[in-house]
Amino acid sequence: MGFDNHLPTRRELLVGSGALFAWSQMPRLARAEGRDPRLLVVVLRGALDGLGAVAPVGDPDWISLRGDRALVLDGKPPALPLDAFFALNPAMPNLHRLYKTGKAAIVHATATPYRERSHFDGQDVLESGFTRPGRTGSGWLNRALVALESGGRVDPRGSRALGIGSVTPLVVRGSAPVMTWVPQKLLPASEDTQSRLLDLYRHTDPKLATVLQARMKLASLGGAPGSGDPMSDDPTLMPPGIGRVRAYFAEAAGTAARYLAKADGPRVGAMGFVGWDTHIAEGAASGQLYNLLGALDGAFAAIETNMGEAWRETVVAVVTEFGRTARINGTQGTDHGTGTVAFLVGGALAGGRVIADWPGLKPAQLFEDRDLKPTTDLRAVLKGLLRDHLRVEEKVLAEAVFPGSADVKAMDGLVG
Amino acid sequence: MSNSAKAEAVLALHRFGMGPRPGSIAAVGSDPRGALIAELDRPLALAAADGLPNSAKAYRTVADANARRAARAKQAQQQARKQQTAATPAMSEDQIQAPTQNQEKDAAEKAAKQAADAVPDPGRPIYLQEAKLRMEAALAAEIGFAERLVWFWSNHFCISANKIQSMSGAYEREAVRAHALGRFVDLLLAAEGHPAMLFYLDNLNSMGANSIAGINRSAGLNENIAREIMELHTLGVRTGYTQDDVISFANVLTGWTLVPPGADPQHGGEFVFNPRLHEPGGQTVLGKRYEQEDDEQGRAVLRDLAAHPATATHVATKLARHFVADEPPPILIEQIAKRFRDTEGDLKQVAVAMVSSDEAWRGPPTKLKRPTEWGIGMIRATGITVIDPGRYAAGLELLGEALWRPSAPKGYPDDEASWIDGIGRRLDVANNFAERISGTVDPQVIIEDVFASEIAPEVKQAVGRAETRQQALALLFMSSDFQRR
Repeated sequence: MGFDNHLPTRRELLVGSGALFAWSQMPRLARAEGRDPRLLVVVLRGALDGLGAVAPVGDPDWISLRGDRALVLDGKPPALPLDAFFALNPAMPNLHRLYKTGKAAIVHATATPYRERSHFDGQDVLESGFTRPGRTGSGWLNRALVALESGGRVDPRGSRALGIGSVTPLVVRGSAPVMTWVPQKLLPASEDTQSRLLDLYRHTDPKLATVLQARMKLASLGGAPGSGDPMSDDPTLMPPGIGRVRAYFAEAAGTAARYLAKADGPRVGAMGFVGWDTHIAEGAASGQLYNLLGALDGAFAAIETNMGEAWRETVVAVVTEFGRTARINGTQGTDHGTGTVAFLVGGALAGGRVIADWPGLKPAQLFEDRDLKPTTDLRAVLKGLLRDHLRVEEKVLAEAVFPGSADVKAMDGLVG
Repeated sequence: MSNSAKAEAVLALHRFGMGPRPGSIAAVGSDPRGALIAELDRPLALAAADGLPNSAKAYRTVADANARRAARAKQAQQQARKQQTAATPAMSEDQIQAPTQNQEKDAAEKAAKQAADAVPDPGRPIYLQEAKLRMEAALAAEIGFAERLVWFWSNHFCISANKIQSMSGAYEREAVRAHALGRFVDLLLAAEGHPAMLFYLDNLNSMGANSIAGINRSAGLNENIAREIMELHTLGVRTGYTQDDVISFANVLTGWTLVPPGADPQHGGEFVFNPRLHEPGGQTVLGKRYEQEDDEQGRAVLRDLAAHPATATHVATKLARHFVADEPPPILIEQIAKRFRDTEGDLKQVAVAMVSSDEAWRGPPTKLKRPTEWGIGMIRATGITVIDPGRYAAGLELLGEALWRPSAPKGYPDDEASWIDGIGRRLDVANNFAERISGTVDPQVIIEDVFASEIAPEVKQAVGRAETRQQALALLFMSSDFQRR
């Protein structure tokens, strides 16, 4: 009996996606320094196996931990060496190239403050920026925009947020207004119908009016410049396949990059990719995880290409709600865990290194004798990026963006 | 009927039913609570389902087609290789440009793919037939309260057709519809013991480390289903269970699997307890010891989870949030939870408790309908009762709520913040639908006859001033009278 590898359909990917863009003049302080920074946050939903993505090949306990499922330098295909200790999943040659040229860094054994193992609570903590789930209905990226705005550093027209997909993810939500962009398939209603509906909403339902107005404003920008249409073939229920997943990752990330690259476009965005919950037949070296990481690698290439000149001022942060069990489970997969990796790529990075306070893999060194122990607080990484790239104030980061994180020091030197 | 009675009937249809359709306001009459409760006594089974395969049969049909596809592909590949080998020596030696290994491989793979594609996939037609049946049941219901409850429980105990398309519709009929107005414990046992759920939550090959198969195959446990049952289906997250409880419960559920379709043409795809996979011995879950030897151990744990007070609260909160408000009144939650506890989870009584509470009827209507609910309401208002399931499935996918395909075991979200940014997409769909029906459906008839004029005056005005009938219909379907409840 064969198991389906549970690859997400394009629609599922879309539902898991979202993008948030602050409007143009947002990072004004950075601009005063002659910079025009871009930040894109990519959330991998489902919990990425950090050890399957970036293997500690120099750890003496690595092989005994994962057995013949361990990525190794002489494997088939061979893992890509990063330094004397770590090696990258062979599905990611683009990331490897970027790393070698100093335009990518990897944070290992990292986690949010969440220590349980519910996807949904874990994503809540990851995206809300709070230390516990269920505390707020807004995301840390949205609050960072609001903080910049209240500091007077933002265009008086106000910031704008943009979501890709039909379900708005938490990291995008908040008081900074959200606009959504969904790939078009149906012919849209005429401008006249939209105006009439907007007028009706203004008189009967202000919330719906706000949403519709944001959509109309986005359409007036001309949509995604030069983008193809990821929904142009029948979007319905074809069997999922990795080819479609690759195409979607590249299309969605590439579209976000095109928006960010525009001279009068947004400067900050976020989006999500689902499908990382590899309980069965994880396949780090050749199966589903390998394929998904390959698709993510393709997304990096699409971002780099579509950013054009703006690439050198770009940071992309790729994060996930938690890691997976250090050991393989009974069905050649991994169950929900704790410590994992974060990928940082972009022309603005001071990269070329794996940032890790390595906890070790002996049973006593694992968190609860099962997960990679987190030794780096993911908030330190995100705070470092927001502070040094966008110039969000440290105090604001500690209080409004990541409440209760005063003792989590922003990581220095991530941006070149 | 007085205007206030009409208004309450419209609220009943939107909030607890599938939305007004021709004649439904009169059918609800002057006692909307009584009408909702009376609907719960009608049979929920779908007579039209008689012609559809049960879940095991559907699964076998797809498995058989997959096996045929693999065989055809293999044959074609072998054939293509043979032809290439035969063709090469026939060329004269000096003009030879031997096909590279890659070219040979590509040609063989192409032939294999063509041969495989020639075998039709029966999974999609089964899915669409099931979708049509479910959709038309919602269109045919006088009020639709019972159908809404089926939808609610189906989302609570969701599976994904992306992983197990063949069984997705039959799962809902067999596990959910059959028990949606019965006892929660029976619904729970039916859902967790259903092959579709065991497949979806990765339990088929989960085995105890000390089971026969576990020892022979050096394989072991998968925690997925145990965690999601406690977190999502019963107790709710952060209610006190621990990682150890998850592991013990996962051990309890080892051996819950299905009959492999290739091995048994009669019973393939049915539930089976396989003792070879089962972790021997007793287990402790939530402080209680379970010593049973077989799948009775799992059923005992599930019965206790169903009776746990946290489950009553979790279920009551979700019901109130789905039907009444994103932040439902705590009194309402407690009223529903109490009835759940008092009746040992009699779901019909739980539903009665909800609609009997004044708290459930308070306005203003702030809930944003989910896309499926909004879409069905739009179609009902036009009086259409037969649909094209392919178009319907595509529409729901565009709106972000593809039928039986949530992206995670938590199911589709139920709050405004998750859906409100999709309103522009709804406009595209409404506009498209309005275009198709504008020749036959008059918006004034919907307002006056179907809604008994219980529509905001601004909407009536906008509809009256519209340039075309299509525009009038699109504005009507997009109005908050259609979007909110």
